[in-house]
Amino acid sequence: MSNEGYNASFINRQSFIELDARERAKVLFDAGTSRELLGPFDRVESPWLPMQGVTPQEDDGCVVIKGKIAGQAAVVVALEGAFQGGSIGEVSGQKMTAALDLACADNEKGILTSAVILLETGGVRLQEANLGLAAIAELMASILALRKHAPVICLTAGTVGCFGGMSLAAGLASYVVMTREARLGMNGPEVIEQENGVEEFDSSDRALIWAIHGGEQRYATGLADALVDDDTPQVAEVIRRFVSKGVPPEHRSSQVALYRNRIAKLDTSRQWDPKEFRALWTTNASNEENR
Amino acid sequence: MSEYTGVRGTVWFRAFTGHASPMIGDPNSVLTGDAPLGSDHARFLCVVPDPHARFPCARHGEVGLEEAFTLATRVREVIEQDKNTAKRPIIAVVDVKSQAYGRREETAAIFLAAASAADAYGSARLGGHPVITLVVGHALSGAFLTHGYQANRILAFDDDGVMIHAMHKEAAARVTRRSVGELEKFAKEIAPMSYDIRDYAKLGLLYKLLHVENPEKPSPLEIRNVQAELVAAIADARTSPVDLRNRLEATGAREMRKASIQVRTKLEAQWLEK
Repeated sequence: MSNEGYNASFINRQSFIELDARERAKVLFDAGTSRELLGPFDRVESPWLPMQGVTPQEDDGCVVIKGKIAGQAAVVVALEGAFQGGSIGEVSGQKMTAALDLACADNEKGILTSAVILLETGGVRLQEANLGLAAIAELMASILALRKHAPVICLTAGTVGCFGGMSLAAGLASYVVMTREARLGMNGPEVIEQENGVEEFDSSDRALIWAIHGGEQRYATGLADALVDDDTPQVAEVIRRFVSKGVPPEHRSSQVALYRNRIAKLDTSRQWDPKEFRALWTTNASNEENR
Repeated sequence: MSEYTGVRGTVWFRAFTGHASPMIGDPNSVLTGDAPLGSDHARFLCVVPDPHARFPCARHGEVGLEEAFTLATRVREVIEQDKNTAKRPIIAVVDVKSQAYGRREETAAIFLAAASAADAYGSARLGGHPVITLVVGHALSGAFLTHGYQANRILAFDDDGVMIHAMHKEAAARVTRRSVGELEKFAKEIAPMSYDIRDYAKLGLLYKLLHVENPEKPSPLEIRNVQAELVAAIADARTSPVDLRNRLEATGAREMRKASIQVRTKLEAQWLEK
């Protein structure tokens, strides 16, 4: 059919979000350089899911691809949100950690190697509870070790978002990239409503959810380094830019005094309107930075 | 949640440091103190409930924004002070029920606050500070990732009041549509899901399980014994790599984390192929 009368940029857009984890990872690499490691044919699956009557997946919902991005060695680890909500089990967690440790070892040998983590996850996989939590702790340790040498870039695109323990992994990243469709936070709205009631967080209020956790808000408050459209060439371009940029002078999670002072200045007697919060937060920041 | 009291953290922090107070300028929910431990002078940190905390969702022992940034500050202080000297041990005394579940917390990016505390602990470890965690009560979910899980060595009491887990029982029961009793019974059969600290110990993640008759009222002898165990853990950490490989090399891990070991072996082999 004819596209006449339709928004051409929308029609012609190559959606990134509609790709699965493997395709998302692949499109970030320089053409012809990528190679999947520990793929589905290796069949390293979760040993814990079948015990509980859950069908495992051959790649445990985690895709590891090595290759070159912007001419430099890089590894991309992509979580598949469509398998168990991208949750972290023993195998998927260890794939991430092992990939980062191997990148770290290459850096120590003089081969500059960055890492990109595609986060579509609700956090720990309940069926593997303590091994999932331990895997996240170990992944965080590996991010800290690798980011001294090369950037660790976290991208959350949509639509699962990045929640639970894995939000801490994003917190440790050298750079965070988000789309407007993506959400990033420690506790999802449903969890907060369960724990502290609907007055604290109404999980059916979609506007509120995106106003707090959404990519646009995170970018406006300096908690994400780039906001991208759901457009594959644009996402790939931004990832190349951050790989080329290298390690930032100071990681966000190491700027403790800056953020601690911002928190100290907030009026906690009431809830903040998310738009108003942008002003509160950045005003605080500029006061601090100008001091 | 009903089981949680938050008494144990204070009891053990006081046993090690002789006091139970925050540092000047810190919230009442974070206790920081320096005290002799073996031949070292260690820094002790503990999160305790503060019913008057500034943030309403962090008044029952939760690790919230202030707690996380205070931990980060006090750990980084030690890193800075010891930049050109011997690296002092950092001891996390852990009894935390959860992270703070609140709208204010999400708006002001508790994920970054929690990451900042983990960053501080992890950076201390990578910088050569022995970081030792002693779990005296609860160590749950995001709270444990924030305070304790980046340590070189983790010790815990083999006591029914000690619990290390990814999700507290009430929430896990709700999600799996079971009663708490049914969940406990079911979880017992699958080691990583179990709420029993003795099952957790089988995973190889603990350096040692210690026994104290009543962790809420330890005797002077028991305190001395626990201190000696911390000293031993510090010595072990000092002579080992600063990463967390020990957790996967432990005897328990060889049995319970076979899949992890397989992932590492296979991935490394394929990584090196041209």
